[in-house]
Amino acid sequence: MYKGLAIIFGFLFLGEALVKILSLPIPGNVVGMILLTLALIFNVVKLEDVEKEAEMLVRNMSVMFIPPGVGIVLYWSLIKSQAVPIFVALIVSFFVTIILTAKLVEFLRRERK
Amino acid sequence: MNSFGIFLTLALFYLFSKFYQKKRVFYLNPVLLSILSIAIILKAFRISYQAYMESAQILSFLLGPAVVSLAIPLYKQREVIKTYSKEIVLGIPFGGLLAILSAFYVAKLLGAEEIVLLSIAPKSITTAIAIGVSEKIGGIPALTAVLVILTGIMGNAIGVEVLNLARIKDKVARGLAMGVTSHGLGTARIILDDELSGAVSGLAMALNGIFTSVVLPYLINVLK
Repeated sequence: MYKGLAIIFGFLFLGEALVKILSLPIPGNVVGMILLTLALIFNVVKLEDVEKEAEMLVRNMSVMFIPPGVGIVLYWSLIKSQAVPIFVALIVSFFVTIILTAKLVEFLRRERK
Repeated sequence: MNSFGIFLTLALFYLFSKFYQKKRVFYLNPVLLSILSIAIILKAFRISYQAYMESAQILSFLLGPAVVSLAIPLYKQREVIKTYSKEIVLGIPFGGLLAILSAFYVAKLLGAEEIVLLSIAPKSITTAIAIGVSEKIGGIPALTAVLVILTGIMGNAIGVEVLNLARIKDKVARGLAMGVTSHGLGTARIILDDELSGAVSGLAMALNGIFTSVVLPYLINVLK
């Protein structure tokens, strides 16, 4: 277990360090994820060394969104005053994105056949 | 007193998850219900967010290693990426940009403040990544988290019906569109319909997370 966690936190640290050194605007954890994917592809890290620990973290990710989400208490009045643009934008964007993306991919699939 | 926050979070999430497993209706999403009820409890008992976070932040800290761990499902799906490389290379950036631009401009047109525009832009990617992106571009991570979950709930509730109404039959197209638009919650729904759609949806979610987090910090400077 400690080997897997050490690898995961090692890549997190590596991602954070790279972001800092290169002053990238990308979150450090995403850079860590990209690097770990590459390390798996190029056999630098073996899947079985991290698989169990990683899947445990991914499976339990939902509960980790709650504390940051509760932060909305600090912005209650802003959200109330902007509720209409926020919700209309969410709904319109949902329909536009799902329909047009599906249409594009379906078109690409027909092209191929 | 300072373990109150983590206790409250774990206990409520446990109860709402049990409840959700029994009822299985989309609006009883346990994460959203937990966020709203904790927010109400903090208000009612005049507890500050800071006091709540003193212990609850242990949970959000784990988002860092959890995002890194998304490398594992991504790596395991590498054959799917090879098989549908053309659809992925064109479809993910198209859908990812469309989600950002449509939400940003509709909100702007209706007079939303800049900080709201920044918070809504990453709403189609998976919550864990969206929170970090929102922070990077100067949005409100808490608002982004809630908007991401609402977007996921829409996909979970009506995504399949919308795809049917639009007469999309192709399984790859259905999965990719769902994953790009409604991340994990959409994926959880479409995987019940079809295994291939589900696999493509999960993959589209991860890849759009990477695409958006790399592109949005640069794009947002142009949009602002």
